[in-house]
This record gives sequence, structure tokens and C-alpha cells, in this order.
Amino acid sequence: MTDISILDERKKQIFTKGNDDFEMKCESQSVSGSVSQRACVFCGSRVVLYPIADALHLVHGPIGCAAYTWDIRGALSSGPQLHRLSFSTDLRETNVIFGGEKKLYAALTQLIEMYKPKAAFVYATCIVGVIGDDVDSICRKVTEETGIPVIPVHSEGFKGTKKDGYAAACQALFTLFDNFSPNMDEKPKFAINILGEFNIGGEAWIIKEYYRRMGVNIISVMTGDGRVDDIRNAPLASLNVVQCSGSMTGLAKMMKEKFGIPYIQVSYFGVEDTAKALYDVAEFFGDAELLKNTSEMIKAEIAEIHPEVLSIRRQLEGRKAAVYVGGAFKAFSLLKALKNIGMDVVVIGSQTGAKEDYKTLKEICDPGTIIVDDASSLELAKFIIEKKADLVIGGVKERPIAYKMGIGFCDHNHERKIPLAGFEGMLHFAREVRNTVLSPVWKLFPARNEVKKESSGKAA
Amino acid sequence: METNIPNRDFTQNACKLCAPLGACLAYKGVKGAIPFLHGSQGCATYIRRYLISHFREPLDIAASNFSEASTIFGGGEALKTGLLNIVRQYSPEMIGVASTCLSETIGEDVPLALRELRISKGITGLPSMPFASTPSYAGTHADGFQAAVLSMVKTIAGADKPESIEQPVVNILPGMLSTADLRHLREISEDFGLKPVILPDYSETLDGGPWAEYQKLPSGGTSVEEIKCMGASVMSVEFGKVSTSGLSAAEYLEKEFHVTARKMERPIGVKATDLFMNELSHASGKPVPEKYEKERARLIDSYVDGHKYVAGKTAAVFGEADMVTAICGFLSEIGITPVIAASGDMSSRFVAAMKEAVSDFDEKDIRIIDSADFRDIEEAVEELSPDILIGSSKGFAMSRKTGVPLLRAGMPIHDRMGGARILQIGYRGTQAFFDSICNTLIENMQEESEIGYTYI
Ligand code: SF4
Ligand code: SF4
Repeated sequence: MTDISILDERKKQIFTKGNDDFEMKCESQSVSGSVSQRACVFCGSRVVLYPIADALHLVHGPIGCAAYTWDIRGALSSGPQLHRLSFSTDLRETNVIFGGEKKLYAALTQLIEMYKPKAAFVYATCIVGVIGDDVDSICRKVTEETGIPVIPVHSEGFKGTKKDGYAAACQALFTLFDNFSPNMDEKPKFAINILGEFNIGGEAWIIKEYYRRMGVNIISVMTGDGRVDDIRNAPLASLNVVQCSGSMTGLAKMMKEKFGIPYIQVSYFGVEDTAKALYDVAEFFGDAELLKNTSEMIKAEIAEIHPEVLSIRRQLEGRKAAVYVGGAFKAFSLLKALKNIGMDVVVIGSQTGAKEDYKTLKEICDPGTIIVDDASSLELAKFIIEKKADLVIGGVKERPIAYKMGIGFCDHNHERKIPLAGFEGMLHFAREVRNTVLSPVWKLFPARNEVKKESSGKAA
Repeated sequence: METNIPNRDFTQNACKLCAPLGACLAYKGVKGAIPFLHGSQGCATYIRRYLISHFREPLDIAASNFSEASTIFGGGEALKTGLLNIVRQYSPEMIGVASTCLSETIGEDVPLALRELRISKGITGLPSMPFASTPSYAGTHADGFQAAVLSMVKTIAGADKPESIEQPVVNILPGMLSTADLRHLREISEDFGLKPVILPDYSETLDGGPWAEYQKLPSGGTSVEEIKCMGASVMSVEFGKVSTSGLSAAEYLEKEFHVTARKMERPIGVKATDLFMNELSHASGKPVPEKYEKERARLIDSYVDGHKYVAGKTAAVFGEADMVTAICGFLSEIGITPVIAASGDMSSRFVAAMKEAVSDFDEKDIRIIDSADFRDIEEAVEELSPDILIGSSKGFAMSRKTGVPLLRAGMPIHDRMGGARILQIGYRGTQAFFDSICNTLIENMQEESEIGYTYI
């Protein structure tokens, strides 16, 4: 098998279930020179705030960070599309030497004048942290002058990992509540906020529709199809429902402290988790009618997709999957959903999981499964091949690794255009997995041993 | 790098990428090479995923992974550890090192760190490690690309020619071409009986077949050995006149090793390709092979067949300045006026190169936009209503908004299959390009007509 060695420094970040002294080393800086699949603080902030469609997103720094995040996500808006434009102060040599504050101020005032956004987010990237621009005071000044909230997002890439970017984004969202207090007397009945849902391919719309049918009011979704005013009204909710726990639990905690709003963690991926999420909310309010609506709706939805999911399951039974995603919570749901369609998970890992997450993963996966934190591309390739996976689930950077080896692949990141959330999302997921795993093209691949060519062993 | 600072305070939808991306791409064209960015993890990851979306191939880029501490106290140690980790895991023949804005800003001395690593005890057998300084605040991906090519030549090339090489060797410095273009270049020069050293050549490393085993470093690419001989070649042909600032790689080889440098536009169109063929003919002492005479004849024949579809039409071309210049030259040859030539590059030589490429430049009212972003381009498109847009897939939003069809060319192409292997150079590439232009215009005519002609 492929001769790939694991760096010593990384050996405590990789385990096989069944290994006794399981104590995952995680939440640490990637090893220098390992080709980590991770991004940076800025990436985390951008992911969370990106879908707020009526806000201006200005990236303060040289051009790269803005160019690479221009309209790459599938986060849909039902109205304004401002989030899909890419703005940058595009710092030049002189700015780096003399500071970029003037340029930032000018850019902000011009852009706010041009686009009349409801709020502006200013992302401070690596260089800004080094040249020492006082982003906060510029933002304060522009807030005063324009009357809209101009919020600094401290997302200097080198100051941590994507997770720290989530925290910076939560902080930025939280400041939206400052100087703005909705009329608490008008708290609607059965009202929730959905946190950590980014409306990829319209997922937020699917989920909102479930709640509407149950009789639950949605004050805001953070940040899918986001609007500044909705987010500012978020304190009116009685419950925060957190989906992407890694990204938004921080905000939920802050809101609990300040507004006394409790939160629960859910997932809308897969039949089991979606049903549980909806029941959990219904049970929180404990209203008989609400509970009845919920169970009726769930039954109807499952009945609708069940026959097809079952037939796909029969086709996929016994196939093997490798999962490598950003957050660990997503990994839990994927594991369940894959079992649901008959697949065994043989490799599972995340870029940013915490110790607790890895414990849970260990509990729910089958013996022999490889569990890995912050894998490099070489390691992923090694495990995928060793474990003979038929499917890899990951993001853009994992895709070509799978394809080169003749293995099916499904995206589970923010660039998707197809919704995977909820019951109908499960159907989309099942279909996509089937379409790739059962595609006849893999039969032509030397690695799958279907075609024996003289030259196999090296590149074909 | 020289820059002219544009007169605006923000960029909206950039028509450029950052300098280390170009460097990584150039390094990927060397056999057994891995790019290494000295800076934060984020830049490397973003650049990786961006290039992966264009080429649809695995592409590893290592990083020294700056932390807060390395940002404050210097990243020399992180760089050395990182390089050694790469050597251990990948056993590369070359590590192409480039800086990012961050390491540049804090004043990292990369060459010093590389020297220290070489002389530190007990470390033997390190691969070649060219270094390119690529701060994005001083240049675009096109500059980064050229900087990496130059650094490879400077670090590796020598005057020796191995005994084993009998045919005349010619250096080809193609710039940022597609994988199909690179393959075609090799074919053409070999048909002349020349042995080309094409630097870089990512035609296989970023466009290869399936693997039976996972390849840490995909096969293909110009070997370090070949680069070593570049000082002994009969001549260097270098495409592009805009994006090399300072000494270009060909000029360096001429200065150091007296290898004649021929700089020309990339060969798109009959005239430009003729020029290239002449150079190869000259270098090899052989006439243009019949195969190409036939391709040339077919191309001219098709120009005639299609000339009315393109007559009087106007185009907006955007992308790397060298690509834009070459395409505009070609468009003029077939009777399309490139009313807008835009590049995100920051080069003072863009206008001069355009004048050279477009023979009747002064009579035509061509708007040249230097340091352009898509807001500038879109405004010009709205004003001048060209018939066709030619450039990367990032022009799609503008195309959709203005209703002007977009023909995809250059990089990035994230929304089509085969975007990274569009053949555009030589008579054959020009043929494909010409046909696509005509067909895009014809398709637009059909779509815009109420009748929907089936015979045009
Ligand atoms: S900091 Fe510089 S190198 Fe890094 S992504 Fe931004 S522009 Fe590119
Ligand atoms: S590491 Fe820094 S410069 Fe690079 S993408 Fe992240 S924020 Fe931008």
C-alpha cells in the first residue's frame, strides 16, 4: 500500500476505535509543514456572517482573503444580494508602510453611501493585525457619521483557528444588539431563533417551513438568509435552537446571559436528528396542540421520503464511507445518516473537534473506525485507501483526493447548491450518495481493481 | 515590483488573485515539487482550494503555519521545521518557497533561514529550494508567477549541458497557459526536432489520469535536471511582455549564460503563431513541418468562412495582462475590435504592449483599464455594449446582468468542465478559439432573434 508516513507530532491526533488509551490531542495549532486542510480565523468569521444579505462585508487587508471568498458559498437570500459581492480595501505597499486607516475610512464611507446597507462588517485580516490599524475607532467614527452599525470583526488569520473566527463572528453579532432593544412586551408566543443555519441551497427555508407548520414562530435565523433587523429582534425569542454548535454556541451562551434565553443543540441533518430537533422544540414549549402538529408533520414527512430512501438503502448496503468535515457535530449527524442508508463509516474526523466531541464519536462509531483530528491530505488519502472506502464526504480540498483514487465523493460544506437539511434534504443526500457510489465510472479505475492493465501499480 | 496605485479606496470583485497563488502554480510545474508558503495557514488553504476548483486535481500546498508567536518573534524556526517535515513526508525534488503578505510585512529573512537550514549539522540531501518574494500588496498572481519562474531559474539553472542530450535544447517560458496549451507547445517544439525545457509545465501534474496508488507528488513536470541545463540552451522563447517586471527569466538567462532571449506575445492568431514557428524554425534549422502548414491553411480558410459573423463586432477582454494583450492582437486579426482591455495586474507596460499587439491601435478607440476590478469593467461594458466578453468565469455575474455573452478563457474557470484545459495557442488552438467566438456570437443571434433561425 501507499508508502505514507505519519509525522510523529501528529500521532496523538489519530486513533482507531478499540485502542485503549484514547486521549485525543486536539484544538491545537496545525504542525508546520503538514498540509493541513484547515483555514484560518478569517475563514470562520466569514462563514458565519456571510449570509447576512443586507449588510456590507468589507475585508480589510490585501486582496487575497476577499478574492478567495467572493461568491463561493451557496447561502441564498430571498431579497438583497449584497453579500455576494466582494469588497476589499486591497491594501498596497504604501498602506502597509503608512497604515491603512485612511483607506478604510474612505472605503467605508463611499461604500455605505453607494449601497445603503443596514450594517457593515469590517474583517480585519492578518496584515491589519500587524500594521496596527485602529479598526475599532474607525468603525466607531463611521457608525456615528452614518448612523448604521459598523462592526469590526477581529479575524486576523494567524491568531488562532477557524473556531476563533466563529467566536469573533459571535461577538460581532452580539454587538448588533447593543443600543437596540426590541419591545419585550411584544414577545410572540412559541418564538425561537435558529442559530448556526446558513441557508445553503435554501436549507433555512425548509426548516422554517417545518416550524411554521408546527405553529412555532421564527424571530431570526442566524445567519441564513439573514437580515440585520431580524437579528436585532432576536432577544424576543423564548428559545435559541443551535444547529452548527461549533459556530454559534458562543452566541447562544452570551444571549442566555444577557437576555435569559435558554438554548438547545440540534441538527437538521438526517431523519433521526431532524425529527429529534423538531420534537425537542415542541417539548420545550410543551403545548399539546404544538406537539400534535409536530408528530403529525414528522410522520407525514417521513412517509413521503421513506420508500425511496429504503430502496437506495438496499442499493448501498454494506458500502463504506469516510467522513472528514469541519465541525464535529456535523460528523455525528453524518454518521447516523450514513447508517440510515446502509453504509458503514470507516474513517471519521474533523478539522476542529474538541475532546468531548471525539469521545462521543468514539462511542457512536463501529470498532476499527479511524478517528482523526486536523488530518493532512496525505493522511486522509492513506486512511481512505487502507479502509477501502467507497465514498468520501468532505469539502473542496478532499474531493480530488477521492476522485483520483476512483472513489465517490459528496460535498458537505458551504459551497453546496443542493439543500441537505431536513427530510427532503435526506432524500437529496441519499440520491447523491447513490449516484456517485454506484456510478459505473469507477470500474475504469486501476485502484478499484476492476480494470487490470499491464502498467498498474504506478499512475495509469 | 513597480506598481501604479489606482485611484480608488476599495476593490469590488477583484479581477486578480494574490501573488503567492501565482507562485504556487508555477512551482507545480516542476517534477516532484511542492509549493511552500511562509505565512499563515489560511492563505495556503484558500489558494489551494481556489486552484483545486479550477484544475479539479489534488494540489498540496504546505505552510509554515504562522501563529501569534511566530508573527511577533519571527517565523524562521517554523519555516525550518516545516521544510524538514515536508522533506520527511514527501521527499520532494524541489520545495518552491514563497512568502505571503504577513511574512513580508514582518520582514522575515527567508533566504537567510534557507541558508541556515542548509548548513545546520546533520542535514544532508536537502532538495532545491528556490524562493520568491510575493507580497500581494505589491503585485498580483501574474507577478507571483513570474517571480517564481525567475527564482527557479536563478537558483537552479547553470551553463552545463549533459552529454546525453543530443538535440538542440530550447527554453520555453510560457507564462500562465492552460494544460492543453502546454502539451501543444511540447508537441510543436518536438515536431521541429527540438528538445524543449518548458518552465513551468503543469500539464501533467495538474491534468493527469487516475492513480492506482496515491501519489504524494503527481508525476510529470519539468525536472530539476532539465532546469539545470537551461543556461546551455540554444535560445529562450518567452511569452508575454507585460507581467514580468524587472529582469525576466529569459533575460536573466541571456545576461548570465548568453542564451538568446526572444520575447513575444503568446502565440494566438496566425501572425503571432507564425512568429513563434519562425523562431523554432530558426533554432532547429528546420522548416515548419507540413502538419502545421496544413493547420495554418485550415485556420485561414475558416477565418474566411466565419468573417461575416465577426465583422464589425466588439469585445471586452479581461484577465492577466499578457493573456489580454495576446487575445486583443488576435481579435484585431479577425476583424473584432477589442473595445475594452482590462486587467487587474498593476503594470505600467500594459498600454505599450497593447500598442504592439494591436497593429492599428491608434485608430481604434480601445479602453484600457489597468488595475481593474469588475466594477470598473462592468461600467465600461454598460457604456460601450460590446458583443462578447472574453475572460474568466468571474465575469459571469456581469454577463448575466448586462446580457452580453461570456466566452470563458484564462483563470479561474470554476463553472465549466475543462476550464483548465482550453486550447488556445498555435494554429490549432486559435482554430478552436475562433470557432468558439463565432459560435458564441451565432448562438447569441439565435437567442435574440424572435424567429430562432435554424440555418445561419
Ligand atoms: S494575506 Fe496576502 S498572501 Fe495571504 S491571502 Fe491575503 S493577499 Fe493572499
Ligand atoms: S491567514 Fe490571514 S491573510 Fe491568510 S486568508 Fe486568513 S486572514 Fe487572510
